[in-house]
Amino acid sequence: MRIKRIAILALVATLALGNVFAQKTELNFWTWRPEDTEKYQALLASFEKQNPGVTVKISAFKNTEYNTILSAALAGGSGPDVFQSRAYGGLETFAQSGYLEPLDAWVPELKGFDKAPLGGATSIKDGKVYGVPFASQTLFVFYNKAIYKELGLKVPETWDQFLANLAACKKAGYQALANGGKEGWTLEVMMGSLAPNFYGANDFFQAVVAGKTNFQDPRFKGAMDKLKELTPYMPDLFMGVSYTDMQASFINEMAAHFVGGSFEAGYFSSQNPKLDFGIFAGPVAKAGDPRHVSVYADGNFSMNSGSKKKDAAAKLLKFFASKETGNFFINELKQVSAVPGADTSKSPYIKEVLSLQKFNTPYIFLVGFRYNQPTGSALFQSAAQGFFAGTLSSADLCKQIQDGIATYYAPFQKK
Amino acid sequence: MHKKNSEKLWIAFFVSPAMAIVVSIILLPLFMSLFNSLFSWRQLIRDEFVGLENFRRVFFTEPYKTRFSNAIGNNATWLGVTMLVQNTLGLAMGYFLSRRIRGSEFYKRIIFIPVLFSIVAVGFLWGLYLKPNGLLNGFLKLIGSPEMARAWLGDEKLATFSIIAVNIWRWVGFPSLVFLAAIDSVPTECLEAAWMDGAKDRTVFFRIILPLIVPSILIITVLTIVGSLNVFEQIYTMAGLDGSPNYSTDTIGTLFYRTGFGSVDSGNPEIGVGSAIGVIIYFLTLAASLVSIMSLGKQEVEL
Repeated sequence: MRIKRIAILALVATLALGNVFAQKTELNFWTWRPEDTEKYQALLASFEKQNPGVTVKISAFKNTEYNTILSAALAGGSGPDVFQSRAYGGLETFAQSGYLEPLDAWVPELKGFDKAPLGGATSIKDGKVYGVPFASQTLFVFYNKAIYKELGLKVPETWDQFLANLAACKKAGYQALANGGKEGWTLEVMMGSLAPNFYGANDFFQAVVAGKTNFQDPRFKGAMDKLKELTPYMPDLFMGVSYTDMQASFINEMAAHFVGGSFEAGYFSSQNPKLDFGIFAGPVAKAGDPRHVSVYADGNFSMNSGSKKKDAAAKLLKFFASKETGNFFINELKQVSAVPGADTSKSPYIKEVLSLQKFNTPYIFLVGFRYNQPTGSALFQSAAQGFFAGTLSSADLCKQIQDGIATYYAPFQKK
Repeated sequence: MHKKNSEKLWIAFFVSPAMAIVVSIILLPLFMSLFNSLFSWRQLIRDEFVGLENFRRVFFTEPYKTRFSNAIGNNATWLGVTMLVQNTLGLAMGYFLSRRIRGSEFYKRIIFIPVLFSIVAVGFLWGLYLKPNGLLNGFLKLIGSPEMARAWLGDEKLATFSIIAVNIWRWVGFPSLVFLAAIDSVPTECLEAAWMDGAKDRTVFFRIILPLIVPSILIITVLTIVGSLNVFEQIYTMAGLDGSPNYSTDTIGTLFYRTGFGSVDSGNPEIGVGSAIGVIIYFLTLAASLVSIMSLGKQEVEL
């Protein structure tokens, strides 16, 4: 009798224990930001509290090696359940290979997201959303407020005022612009910050993506000629000036302007807390015209289509689409969160960036033409080096971009 | 009989670890890339067998055609300049060191030290020296020729030559020492006989020393060819993967990497085309080495 009772007790205990184990789900989460791991752990602790029975194990890999490691793991069937995925073309690699779970049904919150960041999470092939966007980046001009005050300059609205300010800074012995051209991508950032207001922002973007016009359009060529007007204000031998040189000269207050992206601010402040900088959107031809800034999605959180814990993974992704994660990005990571309605009250800088986004246009080559080789970005970056150095004309630049993209882009081939 | 068999087993036992390594990290990847180059790829997934289509794309379709011929042209520049400048310099240094000039032991060490440096460290440091406000331009200002200052790595016409110059600085000690050892091993009786006959230094060098060190010249030539075709790290550390500025430093190594692995800027990976470029690099290296070994081998002089 007693033995029987013990046996029953033992059975119940085992079942109960089994139940506890069955409820305990461990998710694997991968990120390419080893520097943010500790902060992520705090965020995920909050998720675990709200979802008892689900724990998250975080693994971080170096940014430059992340794609290789992730693709190897996914191809081998051992990838993480939830992971950071790249936007646009970088997402497409994994989405088209079938490694990503479409999230439309799993995460209904995505419907409330802005179209711009969501574009980076949507596959161009089937139109499904494969990620929860986490941050957007905006391209504009940083200026040194102390130098502006010293020289009595006003924040420029028109291109002519901008050039006049640059000339004044140069005359006063400052490096008017920090920007160089050793790395082609910094030239692309300059284009993205300053050219949209001259090539016709969204009108041109939509027309060129649809193949109704092309990059040899006089509007685009004209915008390139505008960019060339800046070369007298760039540093001496600017073709040898690299990204880190640019950052150093702006951080050390040797340069008055830095044409760059919203992602720079954190580094600027951490390297020189006393640096007082402001931002303004690319100047326009005529005062009063809308001032567009280029915006692009930075990356997403995605689900592995081969995960065996999709329910728990969906919980985590819903959490990543919540305001809590949005506020975490703004306050902890100093990034412009893609979550709608996140609280910017504690970060005036992000509030200002969001206000510049009022008139936004997709960062043209990244958003529209980074899916195939040669990408619009690769074509622009190298041809722009020739253009800024003076070995190519703006017509050559536009033709090289057009011809390169036309090798694979169907809307350009019909013509 | 029995003994012989066990001896064979022992040999196999000792050779197999090395063989396993060679097969798994050299032969297998080589055949894998050959295999991969014959397929079309849907992003990271191997798709259909397409035969030599990827090779056709490299040679005959844009953009790969232009990029490939540009890259191979830069490899040729590497080969030409390295052969001419580095190896001539190496031969001269080897010769002067063999003459036992004052302090030759000291020079020998100094010349060889950069060979021991990490290629990445050298690239990074010289990258700093060659910046617009770097050491070299600073030096030019100091000696009163600021107009000579250039964007050494940012100027399309100069970038490749700047990187080659750095690489020569790093590597010239190697051919120097090889040539020194070769010249030192020329039998003294030959040289003494020549001097007795009244031959001048020049004649001795061109008629006796040079023919006798052909095997070393051959080795250095093959290494230079292989090195010039495979050059990658120097460019990666000083100019980046995109052959910046405007593809003027692009070589088949960097082109292969960008195409095969893709990157945030250069686009999604084209594994098929990338593998094809890899296979082409392999066969180019093999062919060039075979040709130089066969043609220079004939020049060898037996005593």
